Amino acid sequence: MTTALALAAIACLAASGLAAAGARGRGPACADRIGAVLVAAGAGLGALSACLALAGRGDQLVVQTSLPGGALVFGVDALSALFLLPVVAVTLACSIYSLAYFRASDHPREAGRLRIAYGLTSAGLLLVLVARHGLVFLAGWELMAIAAFFAVTAEDRDPDVREAGFLYLVCTRASTLCLLALFALFWIATGSLELVAAPLGRIPLSLQSAIFALALAGFGLKAGLVPLHIWLPPAHAAAPTHVSALLSGVLIKAGIYGLVRVVSLLPEAPLWWGESMLGVGILSAVLGVAFALAQHDVKRLLAYHSIENIGIIAIGLGLALVARSLSRPEIAVLALAGALLHVVNHALFKSLLFLAAGAVVQATGIRSVDSLGGVAKAMPVTAFCFLAGAVAIVGLPPLNGFISEFLIYTGLLRSVAFETGRAWLLAVLAVPALSLTGGLALACFAKVVGAVFLGEPRSATARAAREAPAAMLGAMGALAGLCAAIGLVPSLIVPALTAACATVLSLPADVIRAPVAALSLLNLGVLALCALVGVALGLRLLRGPRGAAGTWDCGYAAPGRRMQYSASSFGELLVRAFEFALRPRVDAPRLAAVFPGPASFHSDVPDLMLDRVVSPASRALARGLNHLRALQQGSIHAYLLYVWIALVALLVATGASG
Amino acid sequence: MSFVDVAAALLVPALFPPLMLGVITRTKARLSGRRGAPLLQPYFDLARLLRKGIVRSRTTTWVFFAGPVVGLVTAFLAALVVPLGARGSLVEFSGDLIAFAYLLALGRFFTIAAALDTGSAFEGMGAAREAAFSCLAEPAAFFALLVLVKLSGSFSLAEMLGPGLPGLWTLGSPSLGLAAVSLFVVLLAENCRIPFDDPNTHLELTMIHEVMVLDHSGPPLALILYGSAVKLFAYGLLLVRMVTPFELETTAEGVAVSVAGLLLLSILIGVVESVMARLRLLRVPSLLVGAGLLSAFGVMLLVG
Repeated sequence: MTTALALAAIACLAASGLAAAGARGRGPACADRIGAVLVAAGAGLGALSACLALAGRGDQLVVQTSLPGGALVFGVDALSALFLLPVVAVTLACSIYSLAYFRASDHPREAGRLRIAYGLTSAGLLLVLVARHGLVFLAGWELMAIAAFFAVTAEDRDPDVREAGFLYLVCTRASTLCLLALFALFWIATGSLELVAAPLGRIPLSLQSAIFALALAGFGLKAGLVPLHIWLPPAHAAAPTHVSALLSGVLIKAGIYGLVRVVSLLPEAPLWWGESMLGVGILSAVLGVAFALAQHDVKRLLAYHSIENIGIIAIGLGLALVARSLSRPEIAVLALAGALLHVVNHALFKSLLFLAAGAVVQATGIRSVDSLGGVAKAMPVTAFCFLAGAVAIVGLPPLNGFISEFLIYTGLLRSVAFETGRAWLLAVLAVPALSLTGGLALACFAKVVGAVFLGEPRSATARAAREAPAAMLGAMGALAGLCAAIGLVPSLIVPALTAACATVLSLPADVIRAPVAALSLLNLGVLALCALVGVALGLRLLRGPRGAAGTWDCGYAAPGRRMQYSASSFGELLVRAFEFALRPRVDAPRLAAVFPGPASFHSDVPDLMLDRVVSPASRALARGLNHLRALQQGSIHAYLLYVWIALVALLVATGASG
Repeated sequence: MSFVDVAAALLVPALFPPLMLGVITRTKARLSGRRGAPLLQPYFDLARLLRKGIVRSRTTTWVFFAGPVVGLVTAFLAALVVPLGARGSLVEFSGDLIAFAYLLALGRFFTIAAALDTGSAFEGMGAAREAAFSCLAEPAAFFALLVLVKLSGSFSLAEMLGPGLPGLWTLGSPSLGLAAVSLFVVLLAENCRIPFDDPNTHLELTMIHEVMVLDHSGPPLALILYGSAVKLFAYGLLLVRMVTPFELETTAEGVAVSVAGLLLLSILIGVVESVMARLRLLRVPSLLVGAGLLSAFGVMLLVG
């Protein structure tokens, strides 16, 4: 029943774009609505299935086929359900948002194609979550990855979009290659492709480690762990905003889901698995936020923050793995619960931030934070939603990001307090690293909120902004409400978390109840006290004498809008502190004469990994492989010949070994 | 906790903090050969500001007023996390030291946002500095707290700084000493005292905290002044509790030792401000990183 519901949800999502395309004859608005209704139906079915699974009624559906690796198994357990919930929530919110953001009447060429790609991406994502068989998993993975490529490149008339799409395609091919190898090894090890926990001691440790390394590379590419994050910023900047929100909110979480699933299948992990994950997590968190701080494009900036948050999740996962290897159940549960809750939270607040940023971009046509400003007056609801998302993503009370970061911190502190030895050294370092990440994220979001929404408009289009339409505001409001709900009443999601932790670790997870209850009280207290003092100040403001004037600019007679502190200047101190890693490109004028002529200043921070490592390496590789071009005949007969030769060679090789 | 404990835990952070500002000002005046303002002057200032009208910039939105409100509330809640004596604190749970840091971060976020809301170049400058320096101060504070966590094996400030504190000093006095020194540097940085920031300067280009609140007036300015006093109190109490490992039985003893310690700390801050000059802004990061390394050494002594 539960699994059947999930499969029905997948069918609805996959059909949403196609059905809308079929109804195109009735006008673009009708097509939009049919697509949205089917996505809503799919989301409802998916949510129902997840709730049933969390209520302990998870089941499996077995389809007998002659495919290798055993019967095709689908299933929904607590871990799948915990990922399903944010996936369906974000898919639905982004779909409603697109009703106003990407109307078929405004984008006649792209809208239909994008709707199909969007539906298939989310359907593939759900299929990944319910797959209990390697082949089904790969099928879902490919569907999601390829459909997402078409979603990212919806506006493919722009050369930047095409380039970003190509980079994404290359990365996702590499990721699938790793996963193919992973499942092949899994098959060799267990004799089946069914994703059930490997019996203890059955698989040699070297094989297990190879599987884990492939998972870290393949899933890490999708999740965007440094240094495999190169596709993420350009793809998020190129995609239509509701697709960026879907990518950043839930698609990259498929990588995290894959990692968690694989490590739950291999219970006897050596220590280095957790240590490498912790190390990669620390690196991603700190570098992700440092790069974000240096960005000018608001969507690229948000994409780098996804890398940071994936790093935080990886810190939690890594600590849980270390603790599992050394059998410290409490630390493992706290860290894993924190990581999983951060997955849910990040899905909510990151898609909220993307949607709010997209509303601003649509209203003004500007993506550079340095050209915006003062938008909060024209778009108060959007500004409030973005502010809420910013507070949540920085991990501040009283919203949801604080709860998940707190759980990870508690796991880290517990290991600092009670454990000694080399194995825990990274955990000690992770505490200040996490706090540094928090501080940098605070600086970065203060910068974005200040530069985009507050102050005076820096351009004429920013001045002319209008509030977003109701569908967009509704989607943002719902996501902001979910962020507040998890922050203020986290006990809502605790049962789901404990069930998911129990699935992964086979341990009871009650240890998270007490801290979560305390945080709930604290967050409510913060909110209540702020409301109290705020109301008192508001009353005083209304009653007492009051006046309004221009901003005090220290005696300067005519402060202009362009004299405001820009976002680049705001980040400059910190960007300079991280110069060794960021390598900013600065194009500054040199003042030579006494009366210098007009000059311009430009600075940007390209992705270090892409520009300094991946691009040169792939250029060198392309040069080296140039002579293989002779094989490309362009004639189908030649390719058939190649296939035949390969087949014969394989037969000979296997015959020789057998 | 008894009724007296609760009353003390609420009233001391509510009433005492402005006196610390008065003591600092008086110390600085005395050291420079002046008589100085009355010790209670900060209270008079607050009362005066509360009676005044409000002038706001036409550029601003509601965020401009949210800054002072959130700044005060978070500082007060953070102060409630730190115990006054050995008898626990009002806000106490496992991991509350993280809440302490993150509450203050929430206040900082809204203070910075309120500063940027005015659209002033100078306030933006101060906000950028505040954001940058606290990025470096926070890891230093966390290293110092890790020393306490490692020694005490607990995650709540009330327990770490509770009856077991004298025992911690016999266990790991070198680490605790290093942590205390680094916490003092963090206190000066986070509360915008010399050598990081000069609360008395009138040259906007060089200021951090004061320049962020240039546009506030009347009651919101009173909330800001009061809030920064409470923040100083919260950090100060943490430091004072850490370095006074006495057996404190009753509430009165706890309050007396804490208040006396805070007054001494205020005099110390006044002396530091009198004998030191403000650092060049570009050298501030190295001092903060140095403070972080000190407490990192403290942690390594215990972990290694």
